[in-house]
Amino acid sequence: MSDSPGTVVVTGVSRFLGAHVAARLAADPRIGQVIGLDPADPPAALADTLHGVELVRVDLRSAGSVLADLDVEAVVHLAITSSPYAIQGGRGAMKEHNVIGAMQLLAACQQAPKLRKLVIRSSTAAYGASFRDPAVFTEDTEPREVPRGGFARDILDIEGYLRGFRRRRPDVIGTVLRFAPFIGSRADTSLTRYFSQPFVPTVLGRDARLQFVHVDDALEVLHRSVVEDHPGTFNVAGEGVLALSQAIRRAGRVAVPLPEPGLAGALSAARAAGFGQSGLDQVDLFVHGRVVDTTRLIREFGFTPRSTAAAFDDFIQAHLGGALVSPERLATAEHSILDSIRRVRAARQEAAS
Amino acid sequence: MSDRGDFLPGTEFRPHDPAPMPRRSNGHHPSVPAQNGFPPGTAAGTPAAGTPAAGEATADPAAVDPAATGEAAAGPIAVDPAAAGPTAGEAAAGPAAGEPAAAGAPLADSTDAEPTAAGDARTGSSADGEAAVGPTSAGETAVDSIADGETYATDDAYATEAPATGDPDGIVGDVWDQRVAGALSFLRRRLSGQYDVDEFGFDAELTDEVFHPLLKPLYREWFRTEVLDVDHVPAEGGALVVGNHSGTVALDALMLSVALRDQHPQDRHLRLLGADLIFRMPVVSELARKSGTTVACNPDAERLLRTGEVVGVFPEGFKGIGKGYSQRYKLQRFGRGGFVAAALRTGAPIVPVAIVGAEEAYPMLADLKPVARLLGLPFFPVTPTFPALGPLGLVPLPSKWLIQFCPPIPTEHLRDQADDPLVVYNLADQVRETIQHTLHTLLKSRPDPFGL
Repeated sequence: MSDSPGTVVVTGVSRFLGAHVAARLAADPRIGQVIGLDPADPPAALADTLHGVELVRVDLRSAGSVLADLDVEAVVHLAITSSPYAIQGGRGAMKEHNVIGAMQLLAACQQAPKLRKLVIRSSTAAYGASFRDPAVFTEDTEPREVPRGGFARDILDIEGYLRGFRRRRPDVIGTVLRFAPFIGSRADTSLTRYFSQPFVPTVLGRDARLQFVHVDDALEVLHRSVVEDHPGTFNVAGEGVLALSQAIRRAGRVAVPLPEPGLAGALSAARAAGFGQSGLDQVDLFVHGRVVDTTRLIREFGFTPRSTAAAFDDFIQAHLGGALVSPERLATAEHSILDSIRRVRAARQEAAS
Repeated sequence: MSDRGDFLPGTEFRPHDPAPMPRRSNGHHPSVPAQNGFPPGTAAGTPAAGTPAAGEATADPAAVDPAATGEAAAGPIAVDPAAAGPTAGEAAAGPAAGEPAAAGAPLADSTDAEPTAAGDARTGSSADGEAAVGPTSAGETAVDSIADGETYATDDAYATEAPATGDPDGIVGDVWDQRVAGALSFLRRRLSGQYDVDEFGFDAELTDEVFHPLLKPLYREWFRTEVLDVDHVPAEGGALVVGNHSGTVALDALMLSVALRDQHPQDRHLRLLGADLIFRMPVVSELARKSGTTVACNPDAERLLRTGEVVGVFPEGFKGIGKGYSQRYKLQRFGRGGFVAAALRTGAPIVPVAIVGAEEAYPMLADLKPVARLLGLPFFPVTPTFPALGPLGLVPLPSKWLIQFCPPIPTEHLRDQADDPLVVYNLADQVRETIQHTLHTLLKSRPDPFGL
């Protein structure tokens, strides 16, 4: 398309997703200039990736002047953190970062005269968590109950701000991408760390249906939403479903079911002791599960993310080290049991004849 | 789904069958000597031999039992001993050779158990009397197989020939071997997560291999369920099966899904719509999801119907199962008829179904409302046996069940009228009347609720 934006601002470039989206956009000849906004310097590991991206160290709260000065045409807002433990200051700082940050950025966007496009990273957590929820969420499903997890509540707030922004600036193409949890060999999220442990805590009596999206597919979708025009809200997830227990078995880990009432307490105790980073967001996910319909994404973007099972396989391949059970070991056990049974029977038959 | 085949536990595989099961997989044939007593080393040297067999034998009910931790005792199912562990396969396979000792041997001990078991076998075949007693003391073995054991054991000539008759082509590939291999491969697949779950959480393999085999004795032997006109459910495409709800606990929903899977020419799965209370309860919610139930809401119902599933719904809900025995077979209110709207939007035919028998399985004499409120339940039943007999009161009374599928009501022509409340209400009423009328007819044909 010829109307690819000239100057693109990407927020949150000190994190994996932001850095890679910015790098991909910078490598695309259709895009004029890519500016990375982040209050922090990117870590050394990402610094190489960000070659060709102009970095501006600025807090989102003072992003207004940057957007106005640079004649920005598109903004990709990725500075949304899903876990209070990833940043300094805990939940309070997380909310400040997510909600106030988005509010300030949208206010700045509203003042940016040349802005044509706004892409926001959201999450399927926007569908909330309720026992009356339908099994599969489409983009039009409204949350029935406000979720317990901080991240999910932040997501709902951010999407609320965006709805207001769309009303005030109908000329700006707004794209909301509701991502399923990221997974893949390169991903490093609280969920990938959760599945990397040898013993994985689960909720007793619950076996949530999970969906993942491969990080590479998420990058592709983000990239397309900048260079092409896709107004609206889209679920981004891999087709198919894995039950939590099934995912744990495939990863060769061992599930440790814990009763739900004590689970939140146990999780915070585990965090205090320095391992595990799960919170109420995860508990909600593991109690209710979350499956979305991706028909709209596939139709509008002309792109099909790899399936949940394939994305999870890629993760498993990269984390074989911590597996306690492997398919090979199970197969060996199966054969040896079968063989010993056959031997016993053969011996007996011989004895009988 | 596909390899479920045509098994009927207890009817197809009987150990007394003189020429048991020519069923074998070609896969492992070449690698294995076909003689009777092949050297143990051979089997150990070809570990791959078990795998091809495994795939085929999963259809086998015996394959399921070990995973199901010893149920199915109610039926005359010859495979029962297998529930004690795959090893037990030998015990049952060998009523001819007669070695009861191995019946309880746990998996890991099978090699250690070898000398003892072999010793027993020798005793068994030399001493006629003991061999005859052997299988009997092994317990659950079907009557038929015991009879056979005796025949073989009382006659010396047969006793020596018995292994050959029972196992003409060696151990690898015989029916018990296939069962053991199938069970092991099933276990391996489950433990390594190599199975599919659909977006509603439905686990077809688990349903077919574990849940339904557990329910079948109840369905067949206990309730003697008769299914009438099951072909009113279309062979393919979506359909909405609407039934009357009764019997305190929703056993009728489970029996209906077993009936459809068991009796329908296309072996269709019934995808039930359940109250959100089910999904609030841990464990229950997951069993429900895995067996194909989802929350009763229009988005889910329409999604299932659009993908061509048979959806089962009980519009009476808790009003139906929580009504007193005096109200039996009186249909309760059908709510707002949301189920009809789902059928209209998708153009799926509505198949009314009348279920007789559930009311007498748990006749509800009273409803302890304060207790129900305390526990957060819609009702707390008092039946002749519950709570008086404690957990024993959960055993349903052996009423005679009839399930009658009525002719489908087409909805294709009303597709654009799904939002017209009057059309929806009238259609719901028509469905209700059909079920009520069919119930009366069925009740006349079943004068004794507990008769055969």
